[in-house]
Formats: sequence, structure tokens, C-alpha cells
Amino acid sequence: MTDLSPALSALLMGGGVLGALLGLLAYVTLLERKFAARLQSRIGPYRVGPHGLLQPIADGVKLLLKEDLVPASADRTVFNLAPVVFLVPCFLIYATIPFAPGLGVADVSIGVLFFLAVSSMEIVGLFMAGWSSNNKYALLSAMRAVNQIISYDLPFLMAAMVPVLLAGSLRLSDIAMAQQGGLWFVFYPVIGQIGFIAFIVASVAAENRVPFDILEAESELVAGFRVEYSGMKFAMITLSEYAHVIGTSFLAALLFLGAWSGPGPEWLGAVWFLLKALGVFVLITWIRWSFIRIRVDQILQISWKLLLPLTVLLVMVTAIVIVLRGPHGG
Amino acid sequence: MTVPDTMMPETPARAVRTLDYTGSERLTMNMGPQHPSAHGVFRAILELEGERVVGVDAVIGYLHRCHEKLAENLTYVQYPSIASKTDYVAAMTSELAYVMATEGLAKIEVPKRAQYLRVLVAELQRIASHCLWLGTWCMDMGGALGGGATVFLYCIRERELVLDLFESLTGARLLYGFHQIGGVRYDVPDGWSAQCRQTVDLIEQRLVEYEGLLVENAFFQMRTKGVGVISRELAEDVGLSGPLLRGSGVAYDLRRAHPYSSYEDFQFDIPVQPAGDCYARYEVRMVEFRQSIRIIRQILDGLPEGPISSRPGVKSVAQVRVPKGEIYTRVEGPRGEVGCYLIGEGGPKPYRMKWRGASFSNLAVLPHIIPGHSVADVVAIMGSVDPVFGEVDR
Repeated sequence: MTDLSPALSALLMGGGVLGALLGLLAYVTLLERKFAARLQSRIGPYRVGPHGLLQPIADGVKLLLKEDLVPASADRTVFNLAPVVFLVPCFLIYATIPFAPGLGVADVSIGVLFFLAVSSMEIVGLFMAGWSSNNKYALLSAMRAVNQIISYDLPFLMAAMVPVLLAGSLRLSDIAMAQQGGLWFVFYPVIGQIGFIAFIVASVAAENRVPFDILEAESELVAGFRVEYSGMKFAMITLSEYAHVIGTSFLAALLFLGAWSGPGPEWLGAVWFLLKALGVFVLITWIRWSFIRIRVDQILQISWKLLLPLTVLLVMVTAIVIVLRGPHGG
Repeated sequence: MTVPDTMMPETPARAVRTLDYTGSERLTMNMGPQHPSAHGVFRAILELEGERVVGVDAVIGYLHRCHEKLAENLTYVQYPSIASKTDYVAAMTSELAYVMATEGLAKIEVPKRAQYLRVLVAELQRIASHCLWLGTWCMDMGGALGGGATVFLYCIRERELVLDLFESLTGARLLYGFHQIGGVRYDVPDGWSAQCRQTVDLIEQRLVEYEGLLVENAFFQMRTKGVGVISRELAEDVGLSGPLLRGSGVAYDLRRAHPYSSYEDFQFDIPVQPAGDCYARYEVRMVEFRQSIRIIRQILDGLPEGPISSRPGVKSVAQVRVPKGEIYTRVEGPRGEVGCYLIGEGGPKPYRMKWRGASFSNLAVLPHIIPGHSVADVVAIMGSVDPVFGEVDR
């Protein structure tokens, strides 16, 4: 790629990542449905194609052909814009992820910060959707969304700081390289495990999945902020949510599970990375289909009274350990 | 964040209803009649201050089907198969209440074997009904796209096993027409007892699995403990019955207090929990599962021989004639006391029939306990009350 101009090469890479991502996301929905089905002693999608393998395509086509409704009393502009505003940050988070050594759209020096900053921007889209629908369920859901995202972005950030400190860099590829051939950060004594668990909890909350899915809460708020959306706009919101989940899974795999390190030749690195991210995704899915939802006030309590103090303490302890033992002394 | 005094009930019997439709800072939100956790067609008009409910107005009647008027126009022979449609989740219960009322008025004896079979299906029905309660309640709290759906599907799997038993017994899976005046319509087929034993053994094992999923789950405890507390006084004032009453510390069960259909022959415990919250009601029902299984095993061990009905098969719809008189019979259904008040006037049809639906009376407690809780708790409380709207609206 050296003979291409940097702009063109970045464009190609961006397009490639986006294309691969859309395919991945479609089949991640199938993975989740199959996994949930086995968990619930069901079979899951089975009719469309062998073992339901064409189900995601059928779903996409169905949503494309659905009538696109806009409520008469909705704020039309904001209502139509919200899914896009929601979608952009959810896909932008992939920009900094290095999928293999040298294979990434933009390996910026503040990769982790960029990821966290962009991923918390999705709240704008959520709030726009909830507000413009002119629906009480959607409004309550938007209120909950703001509460929850503010509460969980801090512990999320703090938990992500642990590997950053251990690696001594904010650049994602540096963090991945620091775990190369050595110790994955999740195996770093005590700090690594607590950091990983805190990261997973905070990311489940940031992704609005059960047990923290109070935004959607279909038994209380029907479908929350997306209750008025149909057709492709609904598909965009769902797709963005999955993009966010998978993006966070990639980040977890990168920060804690050694990114592309694994046995076998070097070109297998990307495959290892993907498998690890899917492993994290399955873990999150497992949590989702086994827990019941908790209340808003309880979610806030868990965040402010438990998770935030814990992660702040963890960052401080990590800093002390690093001063005493040198970076990545494990 | 405390509720102003004017909004608190002074005595347990006065419900809070401070609805404000003028459009102030408060938000009036409809929950139902079309809502994922409306349990049918319940409409709760909630008055919200942020997430907190300060007032609730309950609207029922969307499923009214003139059951009591129907009973006046159908004969004693015809109505039992309609009676099952009041509480369609526990169809055997209301059939039994109606048939017992008719038998009481007409002084018809029921053979021992028929009485035991009635208890057998009543207890199987209790298991099936509690399965549906546990599943839907967890789905209310846990979401159709989350762990709640997992518990729901497990529970439905077990309910299906009981419905399979009913199907091989009566040929129907939801509305049975099993009871007839003077006894029951069908005897147990060959091999049914063994199948029944296997089923209850399996359900007993699976109950341990549910408890593993729920009781040992901190989130489940957070959602249920201390939520929707019904004091003993309130429970007695409102006239609750069934698991709700026993979950508020009152040891009252019609099967023990006023035994009918040979319940005095069986050994079983009546669970009581003093806490009065959602978790207490959960615990009561989980013990009831096991006690029902215990009764079923006793019946299967000691089912007496003999006829299953003291009357011949049905040849004419008007063949049962009931003398003039009034009677009130009641049975302990899965949701509480199901009563049937019957006035006979000498012919083949009653003059008047009145249902006392357990769900209807239990629902009256909601306006007392919902205010002060958050929206999320409303669905948890609703689910723990376990209303079936066929029985509420009739």
C-alpha cells in the first residue's frame, strides 16, 4: 500500500473495514439468536437457508420493505436525523482499532481516548430519538439514557485506563504490542482481573443490554426511545447498537486479552483478534440472557457507589505498582 | 422525595388516587390496555413525577364477556364447560366451583374416586398456573430480550408437560370440560399415572434450577425484596386471598380452613411468609409448587376404586334440575378464593349466578401499594399479584 497516496489508502481501508463490519454485524445477530436459543432450550432460526444461515439477509430485506412511519406530532427533522446521529459514532469507534499489526484505518496516538469519546457521543442520537418521537415512553427512556450514560462512562473510562497505564501508551497498537508474547493484561495479578470485570460490567451498561437495558425496557417502556421507529430507521438503530457492542468487544479483547497474540503464524493474528472479540461478545450475550433487569436507581447506585470508587482505586493502585515495578513488570 | 401526607392512605382501606389531568409538571402515562406487561388487557393510568409513580387509576372491563348473564341462559349441564373460560389459565378451578355449587343445591353425592380425581386435576392445574405466573413475572422484570425470557421459556416447557397430561386425560389443553355434575367426565387412561409421576418428578427437579437462576441472583433479590409490601391489615381489609394473603402473613387456605372434595384426606403444608413483599409472594408460590406435587403423589398412591360419577352420562342438556335455593361454594384456586354464588329456581337453569374471581379481588390492592414506587416496580408488583383478566372481567 506504500505506492498509493495516504488519502486513497485510508479510504480503501475505511471502506474495507466498513464492508467487513456490516457482514460481521449481520451474522453476529444470528450468533446471538442461536446462542440465546440454545440457552433457552430452543432451536432458533432454522428455516431460511441451512441452519438459518440466510436469516440476517431475510431480516434486512424485511426491514427495507417495511413502511417507514413518522408520527404526525413528531419533530420530523430531528426524528429523521436521530438514527444517523446514533449510527455515526457507533461506526466511528472502529476507526482506531488495529485489527492486525498495521491493519487499521487510523492508528492515532490517543486511540483509547478517541474510542471512549466517540462511543459516548451516541447519547446525542439516543436523546434526539427519544425527544423527537413525542411519546411518553420514549421521553422517559431518553431521560434514563442520559442518566445511565453519564454514570457508566466514568467507570468505563477508568477501567480502560488500567491497560493504558500498564502499557504506558494511549495508542491502541502500542497496548496490543505490549501484550505480544508476554502476559495478557487480564492475567496481570489481581489488577487485571478486577479491571476486566469492571470493564465488562461498565461496557454492558454503556451498551444498554440486560441487566442494564432500562432504556429499552420493553415490559415498562414498550421499546423506549425507538418505540416510534419502523423500517430502515429501526434497522439503523439496531445495527448501531450491535456495532457498539462488537466495537466494545474488540476494545475489551485488545485492552485485556492480548489483541492479535495467539499461537500459529503471524497472519493468524487478525483471526485470533476476531475470535477473542466474539468470545467477549458471547460472554456479554450470556449475561444478557441469564439476568433480569434492575431498576434505574439501583443501576445508578451500582455505578456511583461501587463501580466508580472501585475503578478509581484500581487506577491509583496500578499507578503505584507501575512506579514500583516499572511498566508492564508482570 | 417523600410522598406528601395528603397522598398517603390514612387507613389501609383508602386507595390513593390523586390524578391530575390538567397538564402540570406531572406526566400522565397510560400503561395498557395494549402493553407488553398488561397481562391481558389491564389499563393503569399512572401519574408520574419523573420515574416515581404518585397516583394510579386502574381501568378494567376490556375483556367483559357477560359470563354471569350467560350462566342464566345456559343449563346446569351446559355451563361448566363455559365456566372454564373465566380463568383460562386455571380452567379446572372455576369448573369445580360451579359444579360444586350445583351439587350442593341439588344434594348430589360425589363418589370418592371422583373427588380424588378432582383434587388431582386441581393440583396439576395449580402447578401449570404457577409455571405461567413465574414465567410471565420474570419476563416483566427481566425483559422479553433478556434473562426473563429464559425463565419464561423454561416455565412454559414445564407447563406444556402438565398440559400434555390434561390432553391425554380430557382431549383438551386449555379449556377442559372435565367436571360434570355428580363427578368427573373422564377416568384416567392406562399408563397415565406413571406419566404423571414422571412429570411431577421432573418438575420438582426443574424447580431447583429456577431457584438457582433466581434466588441466588442478587439482581432478582434487589428487584423483589421490599417491593410492593402489603401489610397484614391491608391484605385483610382489601379481601385478598391465595398466595397474596399468605405472603402477608395470614395462614388462610380454603383447602385447610373449609376442606372440600376430600382435601382433609391429604397431608400438605400451607406456606406463610410475613414480609408481604414480592419476594414473600414468590417464596409462598414456590412452596405451593412442591406441596401440590406432594398431594398429587398421595392421590396417585391411594386412588380409590369405584365409579367416577354418581349420575349417568349426559343425554339431555336439561336433565339436571335443581331445587329452589341459594348456595355459595368456594375453592382455593391458584390465585386465591374462587367463589360461585348460585340461586336455583327449580328448573334446569339457575336464576342468577355470581362469580367471585380471585384476580378481581386481588387487583384491588394495586392502588394501595403502587404509589411511591418507580415505573419498573409497577410491572414487578403487577406480576407478583398474578391477575388473569378473563377472571377479572368475566
